[in-house]
Amino acid sequence: MNGKPAPSEQDLQAYVDGWLAPARQAAVEAYLAEHPDEAARVHDYRVQSAAVRAAMRGAEPAAVPERLLRAARGGAAAGRAAWLARAAAAALLMAVGFGGGWSVHGIWGTPDEGPVAGLPAEGDLPRLAADAHRVYAVEVRHPVEVRAEEAHLIGWLSKRLGQPLHAPNLETYGFRLMGGRLLPAASGAAAQLMYEDGGGRRISVYVQGDLSGTETAFRFAEEGALGAFYWRDGAMGYALVGPLQRDELFDIAKAVYQQIEM
Amino acid sequence: MSDFSRKLEAEIPALRRYARYLTRDADRADDLVQDSLERAIAKRRLWHQPENLRAWLFALQRNVYLNQLRRLARRPAEVPMDQVFGESGQGEAQTDRLMAREVLMALETLEPEQREVLVLVVVEGLLYKEVATVLGLPTGTVMSRLSRGRAQLRKTLTGDSPNTTSTLWRVK
Repeated sequence: MNGKPAPSEQDLQAYVDGWLAPARQAAVEAYLAEHPDEAARVHDYRVQSAAVRAAMRGAEPAAVPERLLRAARGGAAAGRAAWLARAAAAALLMAVGFGGGWSVHGIWGTPDEGPVAGLPAEGDLPRLAADAHRVYAVEVRHPVEVRAEEAHLIGWLSKRLGQPLHAPNLETYGFRLMGGRLLPAASGAAAQLMYEDGGGRRISVYVQGDLSGTETAFRFAEEGALGAFYWRDGAMGYALVGPLQRDELFDIAKAVYQQIEM
Repeated sequence: MSDFSRKLEAEIPALRRYARYLTRDADRADDLVQDSLERAIAKRRLWHQPENLRAWLFALQRNVYLNQLRRLARRPAEVPMDQVFGESGQGEAQTDRLMAREVLMALETLEPEQREVLVLVVVEGLLYKEVATVLGLPTGTVMSRLSRGRAQLRKTLTGDSPNTTSTLWRVK
């Protein structure tokens, strides 16, 4: 032994990780040169570190999935977390509704009643969507302005809304796209896409642009046999309206949400 | 694309690795990473340079993970490391692969607290004080866990315990 003090355990660890300042590093090296046991320990630590690194990094999956890249770029308005939060909020609303403590039944009231006090501004959204549905869903001959078969339907509606629009495919739920129409809205235009199932039931997706940019949870409203799920995402407002049970409508609304915004 | 997004993208492989370490499941790991990235975007103003972005993201991802566990009343997954990280990359020599398996199995002999510190330091290159921030521990605790973890790993790998076959290790 010569007079040099042994480096602390902390210094030895930092030496293994290569984080010592040059002067301290030299001191540790001088010490190790005289203490083969400690030198062997430090050597083993370095080798095992490299081995752990190789073992855990070797298994890297090759490509980064697109959804992760999208999340990193902040395409997150329709993100997973937001979606889960909204679904949870919707589930809560449904639970509250069924529990009977507070019901959103009749949320848009009778036609001459005006907006229900305390309703957020998007209370207009289900009202407009439901009015449009009531007017056009009963049409036997002209339920839509442009039929689904016509290729320009979506391009035309997108252009008039100022937002790219996708017509959700709801065939999993038995609903086929009939077509769509352009409607007047308080600010700019709105679009309505009409769907029909094998039993002749009709549901519609109502899309309105040019709203102030906020984001809301799914909300549910109903009047008589007609139910509506509606939500806001940025400048766009969406509603799904139809004479369906709440949970059936909810499943379809989730599909609409995912297809429109993902 | 914003500068922050570009930096985030560069950290995705590390986030995926750490997520697989936490969840021990490749699919759940990517869900966790996606949740973390979205949260990072929403909270990006809380990150201040020169704080290491990776450390900041790891802390965030760990919180997201622990909150999810709590909410689902789940216990941490107990899938062994070599089943998660064992399917090593292509073209690797077989000895490397065996060696990786042996190392991963040896990691299993550590206390979870020691293992997590070791992984964050050795694989992710975080400073001791950054690990302390990620785990919410004093730096001294991080240091002692690292020290004990390394000693235990060495013991396992150099074959002090009779069950371990460490021929590869010795040759290396």
